[in-house]
Amino acid sequence: MASSMMSFPSVSPSAALSFQDKCKDKLKPGSAFFGKEKQPLSMKTKSHGRVTMAVAVNASRFDNITMAPPDPILGVSEAFKADTSDMKLNLGVGAYRTEELQPYVLKVVKKAENLMLERGENKEYLPIEGLAAFNKATAELLFGADNPVLHEQRVATIQGLSGTGSLRVAAALIERYFPGAKVLISAPTWGNHKNIFNDARVPWSEYRYYDPKTVGLDFEGMIADIKEAPEGSFILLHGCAHNPTGIDPTPEQWEKIADVIQEKNHIPFFDVAYQGFASGSLDEDASSVRLFAARGMELLCAQSYSKNLGLYAERVGAINVLCSSAEAAVRVKSQLKRIARPMYSNPPVHGARIVANVVGNPDFFNEWKDEMEMMAGRIKSVRQKLYNNLSAKDKSGKDWSFVLKQIGMFSFTGLNKAQSDNMTDKWHVYMTKDGRISLAGLSAAKCEYLADAIIDSYHNVS
Amino acid sequence: MASMMTRRSMSLMKSRSMMIHGSSRLMSTSWWKHVEPAPKDPILGVTEAFLADPSPHKVNVGVGAYRDDNGKPVVLDCVREAERRVAGNLNMEYLPMGGSNTMVDETLKLAYGENSDLIKDKRIAAIQALSGTGACRIFADFQKRFSPDSQIYIPVPTWSNHHNIWRDANVPQRTYHYYHPETKGLDFASLMDDVKNAPNGSFFMLHACAHNPTGVDPTIEQWKEISYQFKVKGHFAFFDMAYQGFASGDPERDANSIRIFLEDGHLIGCSQSYAKNMGLYGQRVGCLSLVCEDEKQAVAVKSQLQQLARPMYSNPPVHGALIVSIILGDPDLKQLWLKEVKGMADRIIGMRSSLRENIEKLGSPLSWEHITNQIGMFCYSGMTPEQVDRLTKEFHIYMTRNGRISMAGVTSGNVEYLAKAIHEVTKAA
Repeated sequence: MASSMMSFPSVSPSAALSFQDKCKDKLKPGSAFFGKEKQPLSMKTKSHGRVTMAVAVNASRFDNITMAPPDPILGVSEAFKADTSDMKLNLGVGAYRTEELQPYVLKVVKKAENLMLERGENKEYLPIEGLAAFNKATAELLFGADNPVLHEQRVATIQGLSGTGSLRVAAALIERYFPGAKVLISAPTWGNHKNIFNDARVPWSEYRYYDPKTVGLDFEGMIADIKEAPEGSFILLHGCAHNPTGIDPTPEQWEKIADVIQEKNHIPFFDVAYQGFASGSLDEDASSVRLFAARGMELLCAQSYSKNLGLYAERVGAINVLCSSAEAAVRVKSQLKRIARPMYSNPPVHGARIVANVVGNPDFFNEWKDEMEMMAGRIKSVRQKLYNNLSAKDKSGKDWSFVLKQIGMFSFTGLNKAQSDNMTDKWHVYMTKDGRISLAGLSAAKCEYLADAIIDSYHNVS
Repeated sequence: MASMMTRRSMSLMKSRSMMIHGSSRLMSTSWWKHVEPAPKDPILGVTEAFLADPSPHKVNVGVGAYRDDNGKPVVLDCVREAERRVAGNLNMEYLPMGGSNTMVDETLKLAYGENSDLIKDKRIAAIQALSGTGACRIFADFQKRFSPDSQIYIPVPTWSNHHNIWRDANVPQRTYHYYHPETKGLDFASLMDDVKNAPNGSFFMLHACAHNPTGVDPTIEQWKEISYQFKVKGHFAFFDMAYQGFASGDPERDANSIRIFLEDGHLIGCSQSYAKNMGLYGQRVGCLSLVCEDEKQAVAVKSQLQQLARPMYSNPPVHGALIVSIILGDPDLKQLWLKEVKGMADRIIGMRSSLRENIEKLGSPLSWEHITNQIGMFCYSGMTPEQVDRLTKEFHIYMTRNGRISMAGVTSGNVEYLAKAIHEVTKAA
């Protein structure tokens, strides 16, 4: 992230330094923030308490614990922060940035927060399933307020800890009630999907998705792999704006995907983290999910408000299970709650209230839609500018149009690991090693620089 | 468990084969037929029932959420001020997986001491967690991953969600004696027996103060003995501290059990929550910490804790953490907080006296001194489930069926009514 927020200096009104200044101080190399050189460690022996034991009281059970590898996505931001180059560009984590490459708090969110502050609401525990007003709003946003599935009360919804938390609760449900069932995930997919299913002990395998030759969708491969999976598998689908590739099926392709899923009695499991961010329209971006619902299929769907309402750190999302009957939805919801209780008891209230206030107030909602279009619009325009620069500067005749065809926050550049490393090492462009760049972190001003970096890495590194 | 799974798998196979041979997939077929309705959570279910009750006399002494003397939820003044400073100022970018470093640093000081050497020497691996539940759960998962053969010893009784947490983490559970029904106090002798008889190097979960649900805490001397015996046996102590400040009104005093263990050189684990003592319930703010041998180990352990958090929720919520950081980082706000915490604890201590006096005034044949002996938010009344049911049915008084009364729900307005009802259902006992 370009964000300078790693810790929170106390925000006192009399502070002489501005907040940014304080953070800049902390960003200086060698400061306490970034892990100074590790000192050689000496074992300190102290005699403790009333008894000095022959048994080594300081012996630790954690001796065998090794250092975990840095997270491939969140680790990128940490490396970026440590980089002192002026040219550095963070295209790692998918967090929206303005043209000035600053984080963006939506105006409508600020308004909602101020309203909440005025109201002075309490901070009591939410029920396990979360804020009722939020759950209603989120299901309506996903399925459409007039969708019969909602009138028929066939959707079990509980508020979750953003996309990750919602996926994890769903994974636990799968593990508990479909022991041995597999989840099929796209190759590639968001890096944390595998971790989630691993930690939930749900077996998974991949279906073909990205075709490096066309830098597009390997549709035949996808259908074939879904067909081949054991009956009753869960198929994890990105509702829109596929992460990391930015490649979405067309409406016709969605129909065929639904066909094969029905044919094989699979269960569709949607991950919707970018509703509104793909096309700019909330409704259009939900069309894949609505298509499946309209066919009478049961499905699971995780939602996140991290990106589209900019609520990243508030951890707001939901897990929805569309069932064939209201009665089934009641049972399923009770079991979702039973999974959530020993994980975190009940979800955080603040972000949910913001969402409920924004979606529940017609003026705020319209304002949100406008801001949504603005954010998606900025991304579309940097895509165009990047493409223009690539086409103009690359004399090899390579077709860069995939940059325009891809949709959402990310672009899969097709760069391999070595080339991605070159982007970072030589050009100080931070991205994930799978070749994914977050266009949300790209400004129009930097498009030319990025184009140069990509052309160099693509052609001069193998 | 095994046979249940087979039944489930069989019914699953049956319903699947029906679908193969069934024609087009009609809306009536469902994947979820075999999903039973879950039992209501014993604690949170009480509040649900209370809310649904139309009676004007109803009293909620179920869930442990503080109420003022008017029975209203309280947002502390220090919290309101912190929120004012937060609103609209800062962005909402993802926290690191380990959460807010500032919040964690301040939180460790509370548990380990302002001038703790462990903190200075960076020997504590700590992450921001989803309140106490989240901290316990990450620890349980950590225990499963890195001490896969270990079990967890849990006191009888304990907060019911403790069992859910370690069960869902797949860590086998054992119990140790704690509550003594005859005295409504601590069964210290049996507790020590259990500690001695457990295999060396066992993992124990201890309530640092204000035991939930009994309100029965060991004395300082008893803690010292427990700590000593833990050293002899090489046991691991995991402290769940959800009520620091709430027990005595003094957070330093409430951390005594932990400080005793630290002084004895134990490498403990600790879960901390701001739900009650800062009234941040719904914000889900807490901390998980593990004391390590040295800084290098602490870094490694922290990285593994983060590795467990990432596939559970990626990174923790920011809002509550900001509030905590601002309050604890500003000396004036911190003083205000300490004053407000003491105020809450004092009101509860006052209600304990009042409830006991009121029941005694009615001429109850039973002893009610445990009401004032016990400490913290809860009183383990000693009432049976049947008596509790009567309280609910006849008097619209809501509490958990183990007879646990949340003293925070007792007010000068309802204490007499509550006393009368308790006397009614227990006088024949």
